[in-house]
Amino acid sequence: MKLVNASVRFLLFFAGLSAAMQSIAQVPYDRILNANQEPQNWLTYNGGYMSQRHSLLNQLTRDNVENLELKWVLQNQVFGAWQSNPIIVDGIMYVTERPNSVMAVDAVTGRVFWKYRHQNAENARICCGANNRGVAVLNDKVYMGTLDAQLVALDRVNGQVLWQTVVGDVNLAYSVTMAPLAVKDKIMLGVGGGEFGIRGYVVAYDAETGEEAWKTYTIPGPGEPGHDSWEGDDWEHGGAPVWITGSFDPELNLTYWGVGNPGPDWNAGQRPGDNLYSDSAIALVADTGELKWHFQFTPNDAYDYDAVQVPVLADLVWRGEPKKLMMWANRNGYFYVLDRTNGEFLEGKPYVQVNWSSGLDENGRPIPTPQPEGMPTYPGNQGGTNWYPPSFSPSTELFYFSAWENYATIYRAEESEYVPGQAFLGGGFSVLAPSPGAPTIGIGRTNPINNWTDEVGYASLKAMDPQTGEAVWSYNQFDVSDSGMLTTASDLLFTGGREGYFHAIDARTGELIWNVGLGGQIVMAPVTYMVDGVQYVSVISGNSLSTFALRN
Amino acid sequence: MISLQRLFSLRTRIPSKSTLLALGILVAGSPLASAQELGDHTYATEAIERGSRIYSRECALCHGPQGDIVDGVNLRTGLFKTVQSDDELRRVVYAGAGEGQMPAFGLNDTDLNAIVAFIRAGFDPEGVAIRIGDPVRGKSLFDGKGECADCHRVNGIGPRTAPDLSEIGAIRTPSSLQQNLLDPAGAILPINRPIRIVTRSEETVTGRRLNEDTYTVQVIDSNERLRSFRKSDLVSYEISMQPSKAPTTLSSDEVADVVGYLLTLRGQ
Repeated sequence: MKLVNASVRFLLFFAGLSAAMQSIAQVPYDRILNANQEPQNWLTYNGGYMSQRHSLLNQLTRDNVENLELKWVLQNQVFGAWQSNPIIVDGIMYVTERPNSVMAVDAVTGRVFWKYRHQNAENARICCGANNRGVAVLNDKVYMGTLDAQLVALDRVNGQVLWQTVVGDVNLAYSVTMAPLAVKDKIMLGVGGGEFGIRGYVVAYDAETGEEAWKTYTIPGPGEPGHDSWEGDDWEHGGAPVWITGSFDPELNLTYWGVGNPGPDWNAGQRPGDNLYSDSAIALVADTGELKWHFQFTPNDAYDYDAVQVPVLADLVWRGEPKKLMMWANRNGYFYVLDRTNGEFLEGKPYVQVNWSSGLDENGRPIPTPQPEGMPTYPGNQGGTNWYPPSFSPSTELFYFSAWENYATIYRAEESEYVPGQAFLGGGFSVLAPSPGAPTIGIGRTNPINNWTDEVGYASLKAMDPQTGEAVWSYNQFDVSDSGMLTTASDLLFTGGREGYFHAIDARTGELIWNVGLGGQIVMAPVTYMVDGVQYVSVISGNSLSTFALRN
Repeated sequence: MISLQRLFSLRTRIPSKSTLLALGILVAGSPLASAQELGDHTYATEAIERGSRIYSRECALCHGPQGDIVDGVNLRTGLFKTVQSDDELRRVVYAGAGEGQMPAFGLNDTDLNAIVAFIRAGFDPEGVAIRIGDPVRGKSLFDGKGECADCHRVNGIGPRTAPDLSEIGAIRTPSSLQQNLLDPAGAILPINRPIRIVTRSEETVTGRRLNEDTYTVQVIDSNERLRSFRKSDLVSYEISMQPSKAPTTLSSDEVADVVGYLLTLRGQ
């Protein structure tokens, strides 16, 4: 009898389960659109369409952040810079691992539900490491771009491939390292390959089927406006990649993207003209990909100053007038404030030493002052900043990002011939060092000993006031930092650095409140989320994803 | 309380002309035929120069201008993770390695040979002539009149306060060694600059840095003790731009002999 009862209960249980399955929390577009109404989750690469990386959670405060303790660690199984940004949906974290794996992780314990491994084509080519920066989530799917330039759609429950589509030609060194952006019913992403003579683009796919919806080249073709900013056939292999996730303004129905360097990187003389839309911010209509406006930061760039920073959006009263703003600390050393309705230049000032240009004119166009051959150019090749995501706090109305101070490069330009799929760099560079043969800064940090020292460059976290274009405070570190930023409603700023310290800083004053040495370089921004009433903050350091919460 | 800002402002960033010249040619010095085993292989100057251009185009982004940025690899001095022979080098450059960490470059044979030539030549496309003298005479100068052994340790003998030179011939070019003797202030690596620390307990510590980060510094002090300090515990922390050694008073023949001796120091 008991057995029968148990069976009946079992059946009832399953009936209940299948009913529940109909309503399993999914991530429809509306949820992403209103991401700030569910701060317990982290639904997009930058936490929401405005890309502010600002959380409304406030359980962690100035007063208790010292009581943070380590709750769990997820160890990466692959060596190399771990630049992935986790997404958190209803207690489940989706995080990628080099070169192209996705894991679904219990956000409370760090235990892995499933892991998907994408097998990249043998001939995938990436300039700067087998990086992947994360996934997008929409409805019941998880989306990842791959190093061999594909877009993979996974079932978010079991990690199975639902469809897979070719984004670019791997034989021509197209690749994807960025997290896709889900907008309405589409998945959008751009391609890398700016060091290999690609012709960049942003492309959108139907999220259900993987069918291409639109594709907008970042280098205009013959007959299109801006095409005359190139000569001859330079435009066919002029680079202008898009390898960082964009932003979206639903009211304007515009998506915003940062476009990378023109190719060949260091020989601007080989590609006369402004080289549109390299090193630009572009605004594309979400449904059609139509280009609404562009703003070029670095025309005819000779220094690899990709504009692949995150377009950070905010609605502010700016100098007495309500404005829809876009804030941008550019790799070229200038901080910009733009009107994102039309791309109008509002303000721009250098935030580090800049000598490739003597200033900006009234339209924001730089006045070029190229340095004589063999002399150092500031900022250096990795830029005053780079792709590391900034944060804007609506509470402090400050913009936070990692800058590299006192860092310079000596460039050497040479004629280079475009060979399909091969590096197309047009010269080389060396980092300015205090003595011949001295160790210098590289793309990442692999040495526990800093023997290059701050004499070749150091980190400065800057809190910029968009009203003035100037830093209100800065916080320096001895080594440079590729860490992104996270702010919270309680005016905490979380960030890292190459030294592996995880910091909680007062977002108003720049005062260090708490830090812990995690031992490996932090080359992504922290994220925060809440499960069962507990606020967590996660950060990747070296090969470990560490998650903290208050001591019980 | 130490002011980081103040420390940072002590930095001088005006590069000397010699610094810039040296940087401009990646690495100065003579072909490391003497500093790196070439075995049976010889390389044409044109191949080395071609390799230099390919290196800066294809390799320098990850490996760095000195070839020492990737952990466990020093291309200039011949430290590799897996390869030994030239054929293996060519294969790795052609086909990639480390599960995509190093991409496949698919170069043609001429370019592959050129890149190998450049690596095997110790990154020296120009072959600046440095006079290299008699190592035996050089050793006695090093130990005696030159006063090098007063601070430097070689093969287990001598003090540890200055950097150990047991492998210096494998990791430095002849021109760098020469410059260290003639113009130590222009040649000293930043991490080796002398430091002086005063702690809150009023202890004064002199020595040189082994490592440093934002909040701490690791030091070997003048008594050869390994010390680690929190900067917040320091009353003062000074980094001298002047090395503890003055330019040598040895004659140019004697300098050539010492350089010749240093080049024989290639580790045990």
